Amino acid sequence: MPSLKDLRNRIASVKATQKITKAMQMVAAAKLRRAQTAAEAARPYAERMETVLANLASRMTVTEGAPRLLAGTGRDETHLLIVCTAERGLCGAFNSSIARLARDKANALMAQGKTVKILCVGKKGYDILRRQFKDQIIELIELRSVRQIGFENADAVGRKVLQMFDAGAFDVATLFYSKFKSVISQVPTAQQIIPAEFDGETKAATGLDAVYDYEPGEEEILAALLPRNVSVQIFRALLENGASEQGARMSAMDNATRNAGEMIKKQTLTYNRTRQAMITKELIEIISGAEAL
Amino acid sequence: MATFTFELVSPERLLFSGEVESVVVPSSEGEMTVMAGHAPVMAVLKPGVVAVSEGKGAVRRLFVRGGFADVGPDGLTILAEVALPMEELDVATLAQHVRDAEEDVADAKTDEARQAAAERLSQLTELRDALVH
Repeated sequence: MPSLKDLRNRIASVKATQKITKAMQMVAAAKLRRAQTAAEAARPYAERMETVLANLASRMTVTEGAPRLLAGTGRDETHLLIVCTAERGLCGAFNSSIARLARDKANALMAQGKTVKILCVGKKGYDILRRQFKDQIIELIELRSVRQIGFENADAVGRKVLQMFDAGAFDVATLFYSKFKSVISQVPTAQQIIPAEFDGETKAATGLDAVYDYEPGEEEILAALLPRNVSVQIFRALLENGASEQGARMSAMDNATRNAGEMIKKQTLTYNRTRQAMITKELIEIISGAEAL
Repeated sequence: MATFTFELVSPERLLFSGEVESVVVPSSEGEMTVMAGHAPVMAVLKPGVVAVSEGKGAVRRLFVRGGFADVGPDGLTILAEVALPMEELDVATLAQHVRDAEEDVADAKTDEARQAAAERLSQLTELRDALVH
């Protein structure tokens, strides 16, 4: 049976924790709004980019001369997994669900006898994955010092990936991130970025018959666009991730605050019961003492 | 005058969206003016100024660097690598762009890349000189 003092201390510590989780929840809510606007502001660009590329790609037949970023290297041996996660924890299952998706994919690929390389963007994913894939992880890119993700950050990652591609370090690149659906729902997503893949939907929607003029030429434009698309997709992933992270943290902290509240209620009840029991006990002792006289 | 839909987007935000009368686009093959009913065309951009006429003589000027313009049946879309309203552009920012371009030239590994970077640099310095004077 814990003493009254123990109970009091316990209640005080839960209250302190609740204050922290509450504060974190409010900070996450404020950051979420900013991250969400950023993600939404970037959406038109990425969407237009996709439409234009899908449009171009649909009229380009895959021939020998087709850019490798579109057609691939013709092999399917080495896979690069770009795993984008958060830099900080305490955001529910956000990091682990992205990491799980990447891990499943990596295991499946390795079971097929393919080589897997992992590029981590964000420290948490690295922490989770390095236990199992110590030899596969080639690099960790930390964005901890970045307050607001700008296009330059994504471009830096994109360039690194392209450099590796040009050097023939991998054949297929897949991007792992969490798509922001709503505050309570974030969907971990895997997206293949090299060779570029377009879903049939956009293709059909943009299959315009318009005769396009190209300045300078179709190939030149495609050659300029494809590397850029890699950076744009990474940028979009990072922004979606940013919003998802804050959303996940907000609901996680909301849960934690509520749990702490419940715990305080229960502890207070025990505390009051114990207190009353002690008073009753003392009274009985006094009364029985008086009766004995 | 007939109008058409014009959108200017950079990776970070949507800078302009609305009905306009004409837009001057700095394409890599030379400047071109897009008006309503323009034939579909896709053009790579060089660093320069996009001049948007919204009608009644009002002209908005925006600085763009790199990217491309897409004229389709539903209007003109410019996807710019970097885009800024002219008011936000100052000599210091432009000088920074020039420095970046110079670094690109220095970093270029193949002749082809170096040539492309040098071309971009000369376009930028040209623009800077035009603005300063």
